[in-house]
Amino acid sequence: MFDDLSSKLQSAFKSISGQAKITEINIAETVREIRRALLDADVNYDVAREITRRVKEEAESSDVLNSVSPGQQFTKIVYDELVRVLGGQQEEIRFANVPPTVILIAGLQGSGKTTFAAKLAKYLKEQKHVPMLAAADVYRPAAIDQLKTLASQIGVPVYSIEEKDALKVAKGALAEARKQACDVLIIDTAGRLHVDAEMMNEVSEIKKAVNPNEILFVVDSMTGQDAVNTAREFNQRLDFDGVVMTKLDGDTRGGAALSIRTVVDKPIKFVGTGEKMDAISPFYPDRMAQRILGMGDVVSLVEKAQKEFDEDEARIMQAKIRTDKFNLDDFYNQLQQVKKLGSMQDIVGMIPGMNNALKGVEIEDDALKPIEAIISSMTPDEKETPLIINASRKRRIAKGSGTSVRDVNDLLRQFEQMKKMMKTMTKMNKMGRAVQGLKNMYAQKKP
Amino acid sequence: MSFFEKLGFKREEKLKEGLEKSREGLLGKLSKAVMGKDTIDDEVLDELEEVLITSDVGVKTTLEIIKRIEARVSRDKYVSASQLQNMLREEIIALLRDNDTDKPAEFDAILANKPHVVMIVGVNGVGKTTTIGKLGNLYKLAGKNVLLGAADTFRAAAVQQLRIWSERAGVPIIQQGQGADPAAVAYDTVAAAKSRGADVVLIDTAGRLHNKLALMDELTKIKRVMGKIVEGAPHEVLLVLDASTGQNAMQQAKAFTSAVEITGLALTKLDGTAKGGIVIGISNELQVPVKYIGVGEKIEDLQIFDRAGFVNALFEGKKG
Repeated sequence: MFDDLSSKLQSAFKSISGQAKITEINIAETVREIRRALLDADVNYDVAREITRRVKEEAESSDVLNSVSPGQQFTKIVYDELVRVLGGQQEEIRFANVPPTVILIAGLQGSGKTTFAAKLAKYLKEQKHVPMLAAADVYRPAAIDQLKTLASQIGVPVYSIEEKDALKVAKGALAEARKQACDVLIIDTAGRLHVDAEMMNEVSEIKKAVNPNEILFVVDSMTGQDAVNTAREFNQRLDFDGVVMTKLDGDTRGGAALSIRTVVDKPIKFVGTGEKMDAISPFYPDRMAQRILGMGDVVSLVEKAQKEFDEDEARIMQAKIRTDKFNLDDFYNQLQQVKKLGSMQDIVGMIPGMNNALKGVEIEDDALKPIEAIISSMTPDEKETPLIINASRKRRIAKGSGTSVRDVNDLLRQFEQMKKMMKTMTKMNKMGRAVQGLKNMYAQKKP
Repeated sequence: MSFFEKLGFKREEKLKEGLEKSREGLLGKLSKAVMGKDTIDDEVLDELEEVLITSDVGVKTTLEIIKRIEARVSRDKYVSASQLQNMLREEIIALLRDNDTDKPAEFDAILANKPHVVMIVGVNGVGKTTTIGKLGNLYKLAGKNVLLGAADTFRAAAVQQLRIWSERAGVPIIQQGQGADPAAVAYDTVAAAKSRGADVVLIDTAGRLHNKLALMDELTKIKRVMGKIVEGAPHEVLLVLDASTGQNAMQQAKAFTSAVEITGLALTKLDGTAKGGIVIGISNELQVPVKYIGVGEKIEDLQIFDRAGFVNALFEGKKG
C-alpha cells in the first residue's frame, strides 16, 4: 500500500524526461504525490498541507527543475524539511540539581506507559542511577501488578499503596524515594483520554504535588490524525517536556511524530522498539524522516556497516565476485560478517524498499543455521567447486548437517543464482549486494 | 426492540458526546453547493476530503467515496439537499459490511454452536482484555452461560487483569498463569466449556504487532487447537482496533486476517476525539463487519455497531 516516496517521485519525473521543460503542472503533480505520501503515513491533514506548501516554495525558488535528477532533488527537499520539523539535536532527560529527579509519565490508554516506565528505569539504572518506580495507575485492573512484575525483572523497587488515590501514591513515593536515597523517581500514571476533564485534573494535581523535573508524554506510533488533538490537550494541561513514541518495531510509518512536533514544540526524546526491557533508544530525527518517507533507515545501516564490516575483507570479496571465484567458503564468511550487524529482520528492514518487498517473509535469526550447517559439512574441494557435488555427496552432506538432500539442492541452486546476481551488481555497494542475496534466499525459502 | 433498548441504553448518545461541533456541518455545506448543479465545487470536495482524511478514512477510501458521489451527482442532476445528504450516507454505509446473520452481534441471539467460541486478537494496547470483560458481561446479562480463557500468558499481569474483569462480570475464568502455553490455555478453556455446557467462550490473547511472524504463527496455532475439541471453533475471530490508530490499522487487519481469518471488528476508545474512519476501508476491502464499539472504561461501555450512527458521527463536526 505504501510506496517508497522517492521511487514514486522518480517515476513521476521519468514520464516527463525528454521534454525540454518541466512545467508547473508537473510540479503540482509531484507536490500532490508528496502530500498523499504524507497522509498515507498518518501525518495530520493540516500539517501535510503546510509541509507541501513549503516544499513547493522551496522547489520553485531553487534550481530543482533544471537539475539532472529532479525526482531526487525533490525527495531531498522533502526529507530536509521533515528533519527540520522533527527537530535538530537529540535531547536527553534533564536531571534535578538536588535528587531525586522526578519523571512523570502520562498518555492515553494503551499507549505503553507502564512498559516504557520500566524500560526507562532499566535504562537509567544502567547509567548508574538508582531509580524507583511509583504505581500511580490505580484504575486499570492489575496495572500495579504489571508494574511490579516488570520491576522485579529489572531489579527496581516499586512504591504502591492499597488505597485508590493516585495523588497519595505520587506524594508517598517521593517521600519514600528520598528515604531510600533513590536519585530518580518514575511515576507511572493511568491512561486517560484528553477529553476526560476529571482525569486530566488528576494528573495536573499530581504535577502540582510532586513538581516533576521531566514530564514525558507517551504516544503510540501507530496513532493517526487524532495525534494532534491529544498532544495539544496534554500539553496545555501539563506543559510536558518531551514525547515518547512507542511500538516503533511495528511497520507503521509514524507520521504522528511529525504532527506532534508541529503542534507542540517539544522534542521527541525516546522511542520504544519492542516488548523486551531493553527495547528503548534515543530518537533520531533523520531516521524518523526516512521512515515517514519510506526511505528505509539508510543512515543506521551505513553506520552499523561501517562499524562492523572489515574493509579489506570486503575488497577481497569484491574482487572474487568480479573474477567469478566467489565460492561457498566466501559465502560462509560473508554470512558471519552480516550476522555481526544484528538481527536479520533489522538489517533487511533498514534497506529502502525492502520492508515492502519482504512483507510476509519472516527472517528468523536461526534461519541461517541450516545454511551454515550444510556448508560446514562440505569438504574444502566441494566448497571451492560446488559443481562436483553429486548425488552421493549431497546425501552425505545432508546427513552430516541434519538436513535433507532437498535443502542441500536448494542451497546450491540459490548460491548459483546469488553469484550470478552479485556479478551483475558489482557496481552497487557491497552491503546492498550481500543483503539482496540473502533476501532472495529467504524469499524463496518461505513464500 | 433491540437488546440495548431493553436495557435502556441509548446507542448513539455516548458516541455523540464529545462530538460537540465547532464548525458548520459538512452535509449542510455540501447541499448548498450542489443544488441545481451537475458537478460539485472543488471547495466542497476539499471540505469533504478534509473531513474524511482527518477522520482517518485514508486517501484511497476518501478518493473512492468522492468518486462515487461525483458519479451520482452527475447522473441525477438537481438533487435536493436531503437527497444529497442521503446519498453521501448511503455511499459510505455501502462500504461498511453488514453483520453476518449466522454470527449475530446481538447478545441474546440464538447461537448455532454450543459452545460458541470467540477468539479476541489485536496489537498491543488496543483494549482486548477490557473488551472481553464487557462482552462477557453483556452475554451474561442476556442470559448466556459464559466462560473466559486467559490465553494472554505473556504480558505482565494480563491474567490478573482478566480475572478482575471476570469477577466484575460474574463469569468464570480458566487460567494457568503467566508464561503458560497460550494454546494449552485455549484448549483447556474450550474443553471445560464443552463439559460444563457453557454457551459462549471468550478467549483473550496477548497483544502482538502484526509484523512479528513468529507471534502470528503462535496465534494460528492457538486457533487451530480449539477446533480439535469443538467443530468449527473458534466460530468468531474478533480483531480489536483502537479508534485512534491511523492507516496502519489496514496492515494490522490484513496480517491478522491472513493468520487467523478475522470475522469481525471491535473499534475501541471511540469516546475520545478519534473517529476510527479506517474501519470503512478495512470493512470494504476485507469484507468483515464492524460488530462492536467501545466507548469508555466502564463495564457497560460497549455497544453494538450501528452503521448509520457511525457515519452520522463522522459528519457531525469535530471537536477541538
